[in-house]
Amino acid sequence: MDLVVNGAEQSLDLDPRTTLLDALREHLGLTGAKKGCDHGQCGACTVLLDGRRVNSCLILAITLSGSEVTTIEGVDHPVQQKFLEHDGFQCGYCTPGQICSAVGMLDEFSQGWPSAVTGSGPPDLSDPEIRERMSGNLCRCGAYPNMVPAIREAAER
Amino acid sequence: MKTFTYRTAAGVADGLEPGATFLGGGTNLVDLMKLGVATPDVLVDVTRLGLDDVAELPGGGLRIGAGVRNSDLAADPRVRGQYPVLSQALLAGASGQLRNMATTAGNLLQRTRCRYFMDATMPCNKHDPGSGCPAVSGDHRNLAILGASPSCIATHPSDMAVALAALDAVVRISGPTGERTVPVTELHRLPGDTPERDTVLEHGELITAVDLPPLEFATRSTYRKVRDRASYAFAVGSVAAALQVTDGTVRDVRLAFGAVAHKPWRASQAEEALRGRPATRESFLAAADAELGAARPLRDNTFKVALIRNLVASVLEGLS
Repeated sequence: MDLVVNGAEQSLDLDPRTTLLDALREHLGLTGAKKGCDHGQCGACTVLLDGRRVNSCLILAITLSGSEVTTIEGVDHPVQQKFLEHDGFQCGYCTPGQICSAVGMLDEFSQGWPSAVTGSGPPDLSDPEIRERMSGNLCRCGAYPNMVPAIREAAER
Repeated sequence: MKTFTYRTAAGVADGLEPGATFLGGGTNLVDLMKLGVATPDVLVDVTRLGLDDVAELPGGGLRIGAGVRNSDLAADPRVRGQYPVLSQALLAGASGQLRNMATTAGNLLQRTRCRYFMDATMPCNKHDPGSGCPAVSGDHRNLAILGASPSCIATHPSDMAVALAALDAVVRISGPTGERTVPVTELHRLPGDTPERDTVLEHGELITAVDLPPLEFATRSTYRKVRDRASYAFAVGSVAAALQVTDGTVRDVRLAFGAVAHKPWRASQAEEALRGRPATRESFLAAADAELGAARPLRDNTFKVALIRNLVASVLEGLS
């Protein structure tokens, strides 16, 4: 199967059981996306698939022929600098997923997508909005209070 | 994960060979395959069939393609404007990442999250018919209070389906023997003696779309979900409601409950009890009681009866 990963075309010969996460980590050497729960519950494996954030652990790579994937290795976004400035992590294991998720989330927000805490009007990127929209990414260190302003400031740029 | 072969579907009426199953967004199926609970021999990918439009129906209402992603559906301005309960239900479910993959049909056909079902090593009448139901005497805090059987007390986990049940949505189905439609309230079965069957779909039948009929007062509709943490958790109980009040009297109402039964639970008796009644908290509670009289809670989920009762009153007060 053929896949574009971080702008480079890749041709892979995979067992059908291989998830996108395992294809990235074990076949392409891109170990930025992390295997946390491997069941779509923690968000550590988040990557961008055709621009949208997804859990790479729940997608069979074989289904993605012709798709474009961006992993943390291919991300260049203000949210990264803001995570550094605000110390938005401790151990760092969830961070690649948090960053990819934030990049996807900010794009969703800029398209006017609502969230569960959005009222009837257009959404604003309040702290409750950021927390709700990022709720698919767990951080066992509990670095959330620093991630929220990091993401808010990245959005303001 | 057990080995399987993979192919893409050529058409909606192709059907399935024995041992095969359709693959949509995969957010539930791939997980169940990892857990050894789902063991298909063949995966037939239906995500390239082009079933990913939301179209307006000639007489009003919307046709939602089976492959429309949950995130796209929740953000659709027509859904947000005409059927806010549906947008809210979708956004109450899962996470941003999961909603970007999960499809309309896949959401309907997701399996219960009962811990015994999810554990291939445990007895479960749903994944191993005849093996028994440990949940009846075990961990059933979040399982069914309505329509369950001694064989199975699983709940359907979807939020979206609860809103669709309240909205009288109709499921469009295609298969080798032709097309048919089924009201979404009749898509899922009660468990009875055959809990291994979640729905009335026959092997090889494919959901192609879900039709939302026009419902003018659905502009005043909402979804309220109670869960054990602030976000990204399955419901402990939920209510989808649309309400039409004129001069203080309930003219019409749509009501459905989530996380209480093997299917999204349309509360028809509560609706019946409410039509023509004053739009007051007393009426709302009496209507909830009319529906919940049939509840048969177990040792650790009795609280759900009061939870749903209070949710109904609170949600309807908010809409009136």
